[in-house]
Amino acid sequence: MSDKLHSAAIPSSGGVARWLPWALLVVLALLPIVGAELGLDYYVGFVRRMLIVMIAATSLNFILGYGGMAALGHAGFIGVGAYTVVALVDAGVSSAWTAWGAAVLVSGAIAALIGAVSLRTRGVYFLMITLAFAQMLYYLAVSLSAYGGDDGYGLYSPLELGFGRTTGNAALFFWIVLAIAALVFAFASRAAVSRFGLALTGIRDNETRMEALGYPVYRLKLAAFTGAGALAGLAGALLASHNNFVSPSTMHWTESATLLVMVVLGGLGRRWGAVLGVAVWLALSEVLKLYTEYWHWPLGLMLIAVVFAAPRGLAGVFDRRRAVQ
Amino acid sequence: MDSIFVFEQLLNGLGFGLMLFLLAAGLTLVFGIMDTMNLAHGSLYMAGAYIAARVHEAGGSFVGAVLVAVVATVLVAFVLELLIVRRLYARDHLAQVIATFGVILIADDAVKAIWGPSPVMATTPAALAGPVQLLPELPYPAYRLVLLAVGLLVAIGLYVLVNHTRVGMLVRAGASNRKMAEFMGVRVGRVFSFVFALGAALAALAGALMGPISAVQIGMGEAILIPALVVIVIGGIGSVRGAFVAALLVGLVDTAGRAFLPPLLRSVLPPALAADLGPALAGIAMYVLMAAVLILKPAGLFPARA
Repeated sequence: MSDKLHSAAIPSSGGVARWLPWALLVVLALLPIVGAELGLDYYVGFVRRMLIVMIAATSLNFILGYGGMAALGHAGFIGVGAYTVVALVDAGVSSAWTAWGAAVLVSGAIAALIGAVSLRTRGVYFLMITLAFAQMLYYLAVSLSAYGGDDGYGLYSPLELGFGRTTGNAALFFWIVLAIAALVFAFASRAAVSRFGLALTGIRDNETRMEALGYPVYRLKLAAFTGAGALAGLAGALLASHNNFVSPSTMHWTESATLLVMVVLGGLGRRWGAVLGVAVWLALSEVLKLYTEYWHWPLGLMLIAVVFAAPRGLAGVFDRRRAVQ
Repeated sequence: MDSIFVFEQLLNGLGFGLMLFLLAAGLTLVFGIMDTMNLAHGSLYMAGAYIAARVHEAGGSFVGAVLVAVVATVLVAFVLELLIVRRLYARDHLAQVIATFGVILIADDAVKAIWGPSPVMATTPAALAGPVQLLPELPYPAYRLVLLAVGLLVAIGLYVLVNHTRVGMLVRAGASNRKMAEFMGVRVGRVFSFVFALGAALAALAGALMGPISAVQIGMGEAILIPALVVIVIGGIGSVRGAFVAALLVGLVDTAGRAFLPPLLRSVLPPALAADLGPALAGIAMYVLMAAVLILKPAGLFPARA
């Protein structure tokens, strides 16, 4: 526990850690140009999806890794964001910024409501009650026949980004997603070492003590939960534009579980945990799908191996290696 | 909506509830004794359903098929406990969720490799295929009656086992306070292995019996797992009695919601709105029930831990 706290509280100051994010950003920014030259458009789209999932995973890592809130309903907020875009497009809205902004607000509001009830419970009961609310949202989406119900809803015309551009412009949309993902990552990294983030980590480690110290424990947790829900909603809105399609399966409970799995795989409460987990999980599934239709079991085996061999996730493995050096 | 229809739906709800109980009983004991969250419980249910369906098709005897399914699933569970679950006791819930989610992924692919990706038809045994005239105007499928009878018998058997035998005493001791039971000399690890196998047998039985009246397909375990988890949370984790009451409640609420809510809504709301709202509310009903119970009684209806 003390080790976890350590790495959460102190940003790693090594040389690599300083320039790596910027190098990564440059490489990713060049990807659409290089990809178009080499005819790798599919993979540019794949990386775009990866970046979107990273936004959602980062938000989950924030409440779970730093705040200790094991929520098994995060896909519900992704769905709320996606369906907000659907509802607005259905009502005639064509601006991407309006639709995405509204998705953030709506999913944040829903997360505040769900959090207000759920955060009164602890541990497994919290897990179950967040799952229950996500299931409610799932069945709500299934029954919305105006938006396709079980079959989903196709977003046939791309959203407008202003200046005559639309999300149909693959490279531009990629850069926007990249910028948003980078901002979310930077914001989460900052927030983790802010007074707010440190208080949250304190609550994770000992809630009673933080209460005794006079911290407004419930309000802090609710604020984190609401923010994470809003970011997940943003990821959902981007995902809707990315796929040009939204269906209730986005909110199925296994999606929430997969998100949880990716975060734990990467490393709970670690700066790069969510990013690493999403990259490894999605890349591995993509590669496995190329070779076999039985692509689930190696992932399952990997999860079991991670739980037993690398309980602190992949980021933890890298940390240990650096410590040895 | 006449009284015959209502009665028929109540019987259906009771049947669904009893099958949920078979699943939840094992889950709640595993959870209660070892504080271990086993998401792969649904996979054992799926294994039971597949094995029973295939053996029944090949061999012809339904009872034999159910027995084979139960025995085979218990063997699988034994290996699962030995290799994975046993090593998860001391870990936190998150590690348990992740590892057993891994087991689900492996199980789904294994089923796909053995029996193929498309759903399997599970036939109702010929002797039970017809209806029974329960009341002059109420024919009821004989198979569903057998389901009710088996569910009730198992519930009674489990009650006797847990409350009136030595093994049951150890199980209860482990569920109410594991550390104390260990200090008193109970080999909780061994009790737990027994409970895990028992839970697997009940899950396989539920799967085998539900096969003919539901879809035997990949993902059926994940679909039934969530209602089973809802049941153990409502009933109070670790309590078999709680699981029984909660399973019947959830079974009735879910079935009644699906059967009665749409027509009720149609009579008070505009048809378009009712058509949307009916199924949504019916699907949501059991989760609302759980949220309500947790708000009033945060540890469930019958908390096992003192």
